[in-house]
Amino acid sequence: MSCEIEITGLVKRFGTNTVLDGIDLCLQPGERVAIIGPSGTGKSTLLRCLNYLDRPEEGVIRVGDLTVDAARAKNADVLALRRRTGFVFQNYALFANKTARANITEGLTTVRGWSKDKAQARADDILTQIGLADRGDSYPAALSGGQQQRVGIGRAMALDADLLLFDEPTSALDPEWVGEVLDLIRRIADGRQTMMIVTHEMQFAREIADRVVFMEGGRIVEQGPPEQLFGRAQDDRTRAFLRRVG
Amino acid sequence: MRPLDTAYMWDLIPVIAGYVPLTMFMAIVAMVGALTLGAALAIVRVLRIPVLDRFVAVFISFFRATPLLVQLFLFYFGLPQVMPALTGIDGVTAAIIGLTLHFSAYMAESIRGAILGVDRSQWEAAQSVGMTRGQVLRRIILPQGARTAAPTLMNYFIDMIKGTSLAFTLGVTEMMGAAQKEAAGSFLYLEAFLVVALFYWVIVETLSVGQRRLEISLGKAVAR
Repeated sequence: MSCEIEITGLVKRFGTNTVLDGIDLCLQPGERVAIIGPSGTGKSTLLRCLNYLDRPEEGVIRVGDLTVDAARAKNADVLALRRRTGFVFQNYALFANKTARANITEGLTTVRGWSKDKAQARADDILTQIGLADRGDSYPAALSGGQQQRVGIGRAMALDADLLLFDEPTSALDPEWVGEVLDLIRRIADGRQTMMIVTHEMQFAREIADRVVFMEGGRIVEQGPPEQLFGRAQDDRTRAFLRRVG
Repeated sequence: MRPLDTAYMWDLIPVIAGYVPLTMFMAIVAMVGALTLGAALAIVRVLRIPVLDRFVAVFISFFRATPLLVQLFLFYFGLPQVMPALTGIDGVTAAIIGLTLHFSAYMAESIRGAILGVDRSQWEAAQSVGMTRGQVLRRIILPQGARTAAPTLMNYFIDMIKGTSLAFTLGVTEMMGAAQKEAAGSFLYLEAFLVVALFYWVIVETLSVGQRRLEISLGKAVAR
């Protein structure tokens, strides 16, 4: 078993509050991992640390041949890590001053140094994939929540990241838009893109994940294939949580 | 009360109009300088660049807390006494430098406020795709902040146009200086200063129309 992505001893504190208390994880190439657990338990922080949006105090993150050690991570390491990890935000966070298409090309031209034409072609391809081929010139404010989140996903897809991180991608959406966003994530998952998704949609997690990780109190309590974790959880805390969320 | 000498006022219009280019030249050059310097100062403050940050804070504090006229006198009459290189600096240059420094301090604070007003998630989203802090500022934050800052910056530009009249105290014959000279010859002070006041009024109102257009075009990006 080779890990494509390996997380070792990740610790994150906010002041005296330890939010991540030594996280170890290993992802196989193409593995899809769903992270579930109570609110305020460090799930989102874990994802944010993998993109260094929050800087962990301790721990090593390895993505392919890139190793970033919190103890001595330099700015260049952080930028390199971010190029390999795409991030989808709960509140979409599209660039408000850029059209849907420009949201997708931005990382390609500014960060990757692609030519404008090449990036445009890539963006048009992605706009088609996310079902927004006709909305490329729209600014975020003119798009529905579901459309904005699909662009947010498209922006992360465009980077061909080794790892896609979805931070509660449907939590901020009106119920009517949840389906279209889940459909898109499902299609990406079907393409065996390595991904981690923090979600409160248990049915969805069961459906797309190869492995479900249950976190509580900044630690991984239990993990396993969906049928095992949802069907015959070993830990009392996991069972109690699953009972609460139905 | 004597009646206004309107015929004299009409005659003055072309005279004062001849000095509009100099006034606008000083205002525009100083505006470009102040915007550039102000943005740089704001960025130093926002990124909290060590050491430089302290100097900038003192700079802004000084130029906001002392009168423009005092600053102009410092540059024109004061500094050449200790810095021989500045001897013979002409009034126009001194006025432009003074206006630039003075207004850059104000603009820095507006620009800083506008930058800080951009939602934090915009920073994070831009960083998440791998942009450096400079790229984030240039590509994402400043364009959005510009929209917030535009009305205030435009007000400073208007202040600056009026501020150029102080160049008159450095011996520059601009609109105000020309009016003063005319009045000194004719003794028709009311007429001369009324004409120059109307000139400033018309210039500023014309710019206000431009300002509204600019705000509409900057606002487009977030409109439906």
